[in-house]
Amino acid sequence: MTVVLNQSFTGISIGAVLLLIALGLTLTFGQMGVINMAHGEFIMAGAYTTYVLQQSVSGAGVSLLVALPLAFLVAGAMGALLEWLLIRRLYTRPLDTLLVTWGVSLMLQQLARDVFGAPNVQTTAPDLLTGHITVGGVTLAGNRLFILGLALLCVLALTLILRLTPLGRRIRAVVQNRDLAEVSGIATGRVDRTTFFIGSGLAGVAGVALTLVGPIGPTMGTNYIVDAFLVVVVGGIAQLKGSVITAFALGVLQSVLEYSTTVSVAKVVVLVAIVVFLQWRPQGLYTLRTRSLA
Amino acid sequence: MSGLSISRRGLLTGLSVLGTSAALGACGAKTGSDTSSASGAKADTSGDTVKVGLLNSLSGTMAISEVTVHNALLLAVKEINAAGGVLGKKLKPVSQDGASDWPTFAEKAQTLITEDRVVATFGCWTSASRKAVKPVFERNKSLLFYPVQYEGLEQSPYIFYVGATTNQQIVPALDYLKKQGLTRLYLVGSDYVFPRTANKEIRAYAKANGMEVVGEDYAPLGSTEFSTIVNKVKDAGADAVFNTLNGDSNVAFFKEYKSAGLGAKSLPVLSVSIAEEEVKSIGTQYLEGQLTAWNYYQTTPGAANAAFVKAYQAAYGKDKPTSDPMEAAYTSVHLWAAMVEKAGSFDVDDVKAAADGITFDAPEGKVTVDGATQHVHKTARIGKVGADGLITEVWNSGAPIKPDPYLKGYDWAAGLS
Repeated sequence: MTVVLNQSFTGISIGAVLLLIALGLTLTFGQMGVINMAHGEFIMAGAYTTYVLQQSVSGAGVSLLVALPLAFLVAGAMGALLEWLLIRRLYTRPLDTLLVTWGVSLMLQQLARDVFGAPNVQTTAPDLLTGHITVGGVTLAGNRLFILGLALLCVLALTLILRLTPLGRRIRAVVQNRDLAEVSGIATGRVDRTTFFIGSGLAGVAGVALTLVGPIGPTMGTNYIVDAFLVVVVGGIAQLKGSVITAFALGVLQSVLEYSTTVSVAKVVVLVAIVVFLQWRPQGLYTLRTRSLA
Repeated sequence: MSGLSISRRGLLTGLSVLGTSAALGACGAKTGSDTSSASGAKADTSGDTVKVGLLNSLSGTMAISEVTVHNALLLAVKEINAAGGVLGKKLKPVSQDGASDWPTFAEKAQTLITEDRVVATFGCWTSASRKAVKPVFERNKSLLFYPVQYEGLEQSPYIFYVGATTNQQIVPALDYLKKQGLTRLYLVGSDYVFPRTANKEIRAYAKANGMEVVGEDYAPLGSTEFSTIVNKVKDAGADAVFNTLNGDSNVAFFKEYKSAGLGAKSLPVLSVSIAEEEVKSIGTQYLEGQLTAWNYYQTTPGAANAAFVKAYQAAYGKDKPTSDPMEAAYTSVHLWAAMVEKAGSFDVDDVKAAADGITFDAPEGKVTVDGATQHVHKTARIGKVGADGLITEVWNSGAPIKPDPYLKGYDWAAGLS
């Protein structure tokens, strides 16, 4: 029983990491349809922000908390810049966008290597987050609880922004019918940039969280980018709740399979399950229903 | 709606385009090295300088480790030149970037041999890169000095193995664990040739020595999700973990290990791929008290090591650690120079004939070349990671161990290879 509970928590915590890295993509890929291969490098930017901050601010806990909004701004600004410089010129050419952003991703990796050096760097985690608590025989790791909380907080914030604010209304309007939004007086270009800013910023926040579980290095983004796309594609683009459910489902599936088999077998089974699922529901778990004719 | 579904198809098509172009690149590299083969270009020893090849990954995922080896090689070349060179000729290092890509390694090895006409080449790190360049050196009858510990079961006539083979690292590490009464082992490794071979050897050893392997798990190279593996380790009732993970995965593994409440006191981990540089990038917070197995540590006593550490830090920075593969790389250049001096010639066959019994007062202690296997006698050392990030020795084999790449001297290893 303890094993089952332990593995369930592990699955949920893997799901939280997946959710956090995919959350930004639900905006840039899901809502806007932009295939941004440099998304992983925005995660990396967030992680390095934490590192740089910790070099200058003493106190692991304080620097981690300050890093969250700062990484959001840094990665968001990078995303907005990328959108303004390149992506907005390529909205009708998804294949070119993919190649261009892949090139940008390679450049950013090399830039990180030149600035911070090829070896991984490390941050010190606050003691609270390197420990664990035991509840009824189940080990709950501090860093995992933190990531779970952070992921849920981000989902909540994003939902509120999309549902309740004028900005959210504009974003939804542009996604559902760009032309009609434009003739209604919405500056779609500016909305695009803002959406991209938020999506990329969320990648930065994910980067901060990942410093607690993995390495911080120039190629860290590539470790996560495929998983992030998987979550969004399976969840169904343009719907937040699809990504949330998918992330946790994949996490639990992965951890249960991994416990009874091996890591590689578990990965294969998960991917096969995804392929089968997409055969059955190529549009993903949830889709956006609109009245547009397109 | 249709706009969105097109973009998803676009993603898949695009990814397959990327995949194809990567595959094409690899093919191109391979044919490149094949067509320029078999010329058997002779090394150029006519001038008053001779070229030596340095083949390391200066970019890509392995750059983190291989750049330090490259630095150590350059340091040795500089020292030899300052002392008058080899046979009166100065050495000119020629660097080629293997770029962490195995076909590139083969291509660059070919370039060094046929275009730069080097007298010998030093480098490679992963077993995969060594396996990729091995046929190139054999075909061209040119020498490679390989500086990293490896899984054994190999012996090329054109490679000198200056790092440890299995019986100089993994076997002594198991001896140590047995002596400490840690007999129930959990094996964790990256999923490629070195950990798989090493764990096969560990299982054979355990069976013959009354030890028990209670679990074995592999993570894909670069994997950063270890929560389930750590849960399994925790439930298995092991006395110790034998860790053959490579690269970034170690960072994620040890972070997970600590947050699951495990540590050096409750369940020690013995690692064979974590040296001083890696300790720095994982964080001593997660590693303090854990064990490693190597032949050299920055803290190894002796005048030769003091001089090496001082020279390295003077050249590359006060805070730069020195590690086992760097030390072996540094030693390999000096060993080659001594072989050439003894042979009185740069000719590959003469150098090989002169190799047996060559000694060098290396930072790790005195090392002797074994001519028959082209490996080196080395002392095994078990170390413990300290709070300062340095590793201090807790046990050593007392004397250099004779290399035995095929484990012929061990009855339990009879069924391997």
